[in-house]
Amino acid sequence: MRFSVFVETRLHDGIADPEGATIERSLPALGFDGVTGVKVGRCFRFEVDAADATAARAEVEDMCARFLTNPVLESAAIAVEARA
Amino acid sequence: MPTRVGVVVFPGSNCERDVVEAVEGLGGVGHLLWHGDSSLDGVDAVVLPGGFAHGDYLRPGAIARFSPIMGAVSAFAAEGGPVVGICNGFQVLTESGLLPGALQKNAGLKFLCRSVTLRVEAGDTALTTGVRVGTELTIPVNHFEGNYTCSPETLAQLQGDDRVVVRYVDNPNGSLDDIAGICSAGRNVVGLMPHPERASHALLGSTDGVPLLRSLLAAAGALAA
Repeated sequence: MRFSVFVETRLHDGIADPEGATIERSLPALGFDGVTGVKVGRCFRFEVDAADATAARAEVEDMCARFLTNPVLESAAIAVEARA
Repeated sequence: MPTRVGVVVFPGSNCERDVVEAVEGLGGVGHLLWHGDSSLDGVDAVVLPGGFAHGDYLRPGAIARFSPIMGAVSAFAAEGGPVVGICNGFQVLTESGLLPGALQKNAGLKFLCRSVTLRVEAGDTALTTGVRVGTELTIPVNHFEGNYTCSPETLAQLQGDDRVVVRYVDNPNGSLDDIAGICSAGRNVVGLMPHPERASHALLGSTDGVPLLRSLLAAAGALAA
């Protein structure tokens, strides 16, 4: 089966996010007041072949742990969906 | 026989010839190694130089760690061979797990290209055997992702085992505990953000990198003997 995958990475709590902080500080200058908690991450979209959704997720988790994220800095949220 | 220092060239490395030049100025022989090869060609030490290996795509060092030569570099390190990662090379070493922690974007979100003052904190590593602890060195940095970070447990281990090799006197990038460079448990693998090879001749404005590179040659020579 073929699965669409969406991976979103985010920095662990406690890891400084200078990009997010800079964007947050810049927003009021454009009139966007009251915005807090800006975090900058990264996302990946791709497709994989796997026997089922569990197998697809396991493969993507392995991919994240070994390549797509640096586990020292980031974690990943994974969404797997069977292609119609 | 002169000591041979292998300098790994990844696509996007840009400091390899500076390292060769600096090593040869000190009586060693610099030997360029292509990242796609799987042998170290019998060198006595390995340097992973600065630059933007594989374009720094994904994260600095994230793709370089899969280059064929990294298997040989890991095996060489495991046998106690001296391995030094400078700047992007330090990032490759953390991504490949040869050194703990990670290097994230500088706290000020600025690319930093200037000389900084470092304090040598550990004198028995592949890069510092000939340098007295407490010595201050002026050496250039040139990076966007040089802000060292690690878990509290890792930091405690680095501190407890005296594995912080050099610290910034005036932290330019937000690095945890002012860390500019660390070493492995075996003290033969060293990664640092500053560029000793860019402080290896009076014409470059500083020769403070020389004692570090001499230490590397000494460590390599000891292995070769």
